[in-house]
Amino acid sequence: MITLSQMNPLEKGIIISIDADGELKQRLFSFGLRKGSMIKVKATSIAKSTMEVEVGSTLMALRYSEAERIGVEKA
Amino acid sequence: MKELTIALVGQPNVGKSMLINAISDARLKVGNFSGVTVEKAEVDFIFKAHEIKIIDLPGTYSLNDYTQDERVTKEFLETQTYDLIINVVDATNLERNLFLTTQLLALDKKMIVALNMMDEAQKEGICVDHDQLSSILGVPCVKVSAVTKRGIGKLFNRAVDMFHFPYEKSKLIYSEVVEEEIAKLSFFLKQKRYQSTLSYRDVSLKLLEEDPKMYRAMHDEPIWVEFMPLLKESLSHLYLHYDTKDVSEIFAQERASFARGAVRETVSYEKNYLGNMTDRVDRVLIHRVFGIPIFIFLMWGLFQLTFELGSVPVEYIDAFFVSLGAYAKTIFGDGELGSLIADGMISGVGAVVMFLPNIVILFLGIALLETTGYMARVAFLLDGFFHRFGLHGKSFIPLVTGFGCSVPAYMSARTLKNDKDRLMTLFIIGFMSCGAKLPVYVLFTGAFFSKEHAGNILFLIYIAGALIGLLSAKFLKVFVFKGVDEPFVMEMPKYRLPSLKLIWHTVATKAMMYLKKAGTFILGASVLIWFASNYPKYPLLEEQYAKQIALAQVDEQKTSLSNELSSLLLEKSYLGIIGKSTDFFFEPIGFDWKMTVALEAGLAAKEVIVSTLGVLYALGSDVDETNEGLVHALQKQIPTASAVSFVIFVMFYLPCLAASIVFTKESGSYRYLGYLIVFTTTIAWLLSFIGYRVSLLIL
Repeated sequence: MITLSQMNPLEKGIIISIDADGELKQRLFSFGLRKGSMIKVKATSIAKSTMEVEVGSTLMALRYSEAERIGVEKA
Repeated sequence: MKELTIALVGQPNVGKSMLINAISDARLKVGNFSGVTVEKAEVDFIFKAHEIKIIDLPGTYSLNDYTQDERVTKEFLETQTYDLIINVVDATNLERNLFLTTQLLALDKKMIVALNMMDEAQKEGICVDHDQLSSILGVPCVKVSAVTKRGIGKLFNRAVDMFHFPYEKSKLIYSEVVEEEIAKLSFFLKQKRYQSTLSYRDVSLKLLEEDPKMYRAMHDEPIWVEFMPLLKESLSHLYLHYDTKDVSEIFAQERASFARGAVRETVSYEKNYLGNMTDRVDRVLIHRVFGIPIFIFLMWGLFQLTFELGSVPVEYIDAFFVSLGAYAKTIFGDGELGSLIADGMISGVGAVVMFLPNIVILFLGIALLETTGYMARVAFLLDGFFHRFGLHGKSFIPLVTGFGCSVPAYMSARTLKNDKDRLMTLFIIGFMSCGAKLPVYVLFTGAFFSKEHAGNILFLIYIAGALIGLLSAKFLKVFVFKGVDEPFVMEMPKYRLPSLKLIWHTVATKAMMYLKKAGTFILGASVLIWFASNYPKYPLLEEQYAKQIALAQVDEQKTSLSNELSSLLLEKSYLGIIGKSTDFFFEPIGFDWKMTVALEAGLAAKEVIVSTLGVLYALGSDVDETNEGLVHALQKQIPTASAVSFVIFVMFYLPCLAASIVFTKESGSYRYLGYLIVFTTTIAWLLSFIGYRVSLLIL
């Protein structure tokens, strides 16, 4: 298992763990980011501080510090 | 006529406001939800002999308590009275949207699902079987497109029908694991012939969901002793199956899989839709290297446009008000009444209305940023940068809104959930020069810099304000608001061309608000300032000068004498007395008392600065004879270094009264307003002092 933060743009993976507390987890959930979802990294910002990912048909942005808490398996 | 109240609910960026705008012959009312300053839009219209009232609730991804908008929506749905819910969903992103729908179904209200953006879905080759979806959800689903206005009539037809039918419970079916536990618990309740207004299924479900109210009710029942072990067992089954003891997570999972199942059964993709527009545009706009320069270029373009294009009608408007003033004097005479109307009202209001074109262009730009989806990209691009100053990428949205008006900016800071992040953003919003400060800048850059440089100087003023704002954010983060950061998780909505009607509506509302302010508040302030600058009267002094003027031989001497008189009278007026008594504070930064008065008047509203200057300097010079505008008067009477210092002070000092009130409300305490006054005044004064001294040296 690697973390989402270790993935590069255009790589795909399946989420296997989310290490976040209640509210953040609920938030990620409502965006469709949960165990078993397919995730694709679309772009990263210049200093690798934020990344854009695609989950289902939703595009969302998150920080690398949050991506570190999301475990994925490359697909 | 029957009244029908509809709550419009949906996730952000599903086109709710566009849907409202697509209703013809509707009256739109914009206000606030009671107690909070979340915007509340209400639409009234007549449809098939029904008075329909739609309440547009703030967009929310789920019914949790994550942001204030979500809290408002949740509270409204749970406590207010309404007849039915219209849940607007984005047909191109159904699975995520249905997550909210499943939560809405649990509210037990009449509901219709509006499948919006059907036109876009068709283009992308997405087919939705809405009949099938209706039967899965147990509520009617209607295909609509707010853009092409298709299906809108059908939607409200359905709403009216629904209103007259009795409520039918929707059927949200959970996974086998959960359903099995529900069945077990319900069976026991049935065996015990338990009396309840709710169905056994609902009781069991609420208990499994750990609904506190249900527990309180059950706790006092005799059945509880026997029932508790069963419930405990059921819960432990769920824990085991889901590998977590967090019930809310278990049910979130359940709803998510329900949504996924519903989509799998109802949505088919005709063709493989590849390389959509959003993808291609994103490749450019959030490019690792070019993204930020493109953004800066766009902002620069907006400010250039604001100045260059906006300044074209300004001259005409100015000329109009000058001739209107002259005309007013021919009607009302040169006496007190004529002066009140021409020098007080018309020149004061004119000075503000003059800048309407600039304001409209700026608001148009911000509205476009918001509605196209670019705003979220900018937050994405800038978060790394902002984070370094202790701010959140989302702070960008309130900060940019601050360039329009601080009031909505303070309100939009609510999207920041963490109190410290929000407070920090609130403190520096004032440094993003609002639209009302623009007239001051345009006036001064126009007066003291050549036309080619004016646009660039204007841009520089805005950038410098923003930079100082960021630096003070860092200062606040290090010394005042220490602590953990808010997570940065936000949707990047699809790029969409906004409807002209929506843009027009947004901009027109803002422009009307600006004009309304000019017609009421500014008018009143102008009259007040006119009075304070004309009274008390000194008949002796006037007589004395009148004699001297009569005796004077040369015309030049006459004018200089009469100018001397006007400025002497101004100095001795109430306004002069106020300005002079606080002058000591502003003297080190190069202000004369007129500038001091203008600044102090600007505490009421920033537009008043220009109108005050208009009144003060128009009275000082002979408007009728030479017809010279405010610009020339300023050039003549204010040294450049003082002008620089003045502009700097305006950039940083306390926002207007209205904004300060909103600030207090949003920050939650008057204490913070006190801090804000000290904080902004200190920064404004120090920077003006530096600016003044440096300009004195180099100019």
